[in-house]
Amino acid sequence: MKTKVKTRQKGKRETFGHYFKAHWQLYAMIAFPMIMLAVFSYAPMYGILLAFKNYRIVDGIWGSPWAAHFGMDNFIRFFNNYNFGESLRNTLVISLYTLVVNTPCAIILALSLNYAKNMKFRKFVQMVTYSPYFISTIVFVGILNAIFDTRVGAIGSFVYENMGVNVLGTPEIFSSLYVWSGVWQTVGYGSIIYIAALAGVDMEQHEAAIIDGATLLQRIRYVDLPAIMPTAVIMLILETGRILNMGYEKILAMQNQNNMSMSEVIPTYAFKVSLVSNFPDYSYATAIGLFQSVVGLILILLSNKIAKKLTGDGFI
Amino acid sequence: MKNKKITQDKVVYFVNYILLTLLMIIVLYPLIYVVSCSFSSGEALMAGRVKFLPVEPTLLSYKTVFNYGDIWIGYLNSIIYTLIGTVISIVLTLLAAYPLSRSDFRGGNVLMKLFLFTMMFNGGLVPTYLLVRNLGLIDTIWAVVLPTAVNAYNIIVARTFFRQTISKDLQEAAELDGCSDFMFFVKIVIPLSMSIIAVLCLWVVIALWNGYFYPLIYINSQEKYPLQLILRRILLMSQVDFGNSAVDPKVVMENQYLSQMLRYGTIIISSLPLLLIYPFVQKHFVKGVMIGSVKG
Repeated sequence: MKTKVKTRQKGKRETFGHYFKAHWQLYAMIAFPMIMLAVFSYAPMYGILLAFKNYRIVDGIWGSPWAAHFGMDNFIRFFNNYNFGESLRNTLVISLYTLVVNTPCAIILALSLNYAKNMKFRKFVQMVTYSPYFISTIVFVGILNAIFDTRVGAIGSFVYENMGVNVLGTPEIFSSLYVWSGVWQTVGYGSIIYIAALAGVDMEQHEAAIIDGATLLQRIRYVDLPAIMPTAVIMLILETGRILNMGYEKILAMQNQNNMSMSEVIPTYAFKVSLVSNFPDYSYATAIGLFQSVVGLILILLSNKIAKKLTGDGFI
Repeated sequence: MKNKKITQDKVVYFVNYILLTLLMIIVLYPLIYVVSCSFSSGEALMAGRVKFLPVEPTLLSYKTVFNYGDIWIGYLNSIIYTLIGTVISIVLTLLAAYPLSRSDFRGGNVLMKLFLFTMMFNGGLVPTYLLVRNLGLIDTIWAVVLPTAVNAYNIIVARTFFRQTISKDLQEAAELDGCSDFMFFVKIVIPLSMSIIAVLCLWVVIALWNGYFYPLIYINSQEKYPLQLILRRILLMSQVDFGNSAVDPKVVMENQYLSQMLRYGTIIISSLPLLLIYPFVQKHFVKGVMIGSVKG
């Protein structure tokens, strides 16, 4: 596709100046978003310098002195901080847990919906399962707190009285609460893409399988699952790339005094030492953010490589 | 043998219906519970007597919401933030996506890579915050609206849509008729792309209406708080102020009931706008997700 375009351009031998004169409007159009991109996405990258400095507001980013240990002091402090191990562990646990649960749930729902023959029922289930996607993080956590309240919550009081478990206040439950409430909110939305993939499955294969005497479950196992596997692999890998960045807004809103030991993740920790702290340590927080970004970038590039090997095609 | 298989399939179909019904109950229960709570009395809420349907039905919680001024200031702010933010974001997205969708656009590959790179790497929280502060945008609507206005993912979706719908012949025919690129974009491309614009609008509106993090770090003045920050105070921090300094135990009690009812009323009132527009965009919604899944 790309090579075809190139050869055509070569055939015409139109100079860039010539092209620009005829199509300057295209460049004028894209100029506005490019300016915004330069200001709000690329300019902050200059601020990454802070990670290697001791930021002093009066001196600005460039004028601030370099940090000790060849500028690596902020990183060394982070790696030696007792919060580092904890927040890294929590980040990994929560994101891996999410990764392992979300995709299979979405696939199962898509298969289920695909074999619900009653169209009205199917449409209704879809509408219901999509709806939590529209609830805001704050409202979502508000509902969670209301339902699982040990004293007045419909489920929380029942669990507390019968099993003695405080769902919101037990650190060990936090990751499960986060992941499964996330499934509640997004499984419908996540299933859309698999429903689409299932709709594209070759009907002839199903017919052939039926003639061969395959049961419904066998058809799902040997016809449907292989057909949606490429989609699932791509989605999983895409999610892997975002592993360190997942849902920190929701985690921040779900945090309380009791669950902090299991709910503090790298982004929330960086947020706390900088923007809400009485003694904001901007350099330290920038270093933490940079650590996270770099690990995230490596994960994306790695997963892209794996995707290329598995499906013969990367996504970047 | 064959009959056995058919019976087995029937069982699977049947179990499937039961499972889907169960799932629906699980999804619906918390929603119904909250709606029921919003129609229940403060005493019933405080005693934890609401399990499924409203107890001692009353509209008092909505009355409380209507009389709570902060919520309406937040509502108005959220509407302003969402409207202005959506217009800016959609215009920028389309302006970027159309040139990038043209196969003859010189330099398009490089520019596209510049957009894509921001999906993989960014300056991070603090550098972005300091930039916004240095630009003097703190405590203004622009701090909330501008940094997220250009979204690479949305640009990819719009670009893919343009590539699929706007044919090269159409563009060449317009060019022969002396139609400039910009006029073609405004007169032909935009009207043909209403469905994808609806999807993008929905995504941007959801993000702006529901987002709380950027307002939290960028907006300091209470009178500029969007709804989500007011909700955060009411729902998560239990900070409610009815304006009467309560010393009388009876008033204290009443205030407790009211603040409990206020929570559920605000949950419903704040979620209504999105739930109301959802049915109108639902058919485009699914389409948009599928276009988004095609790699850029």
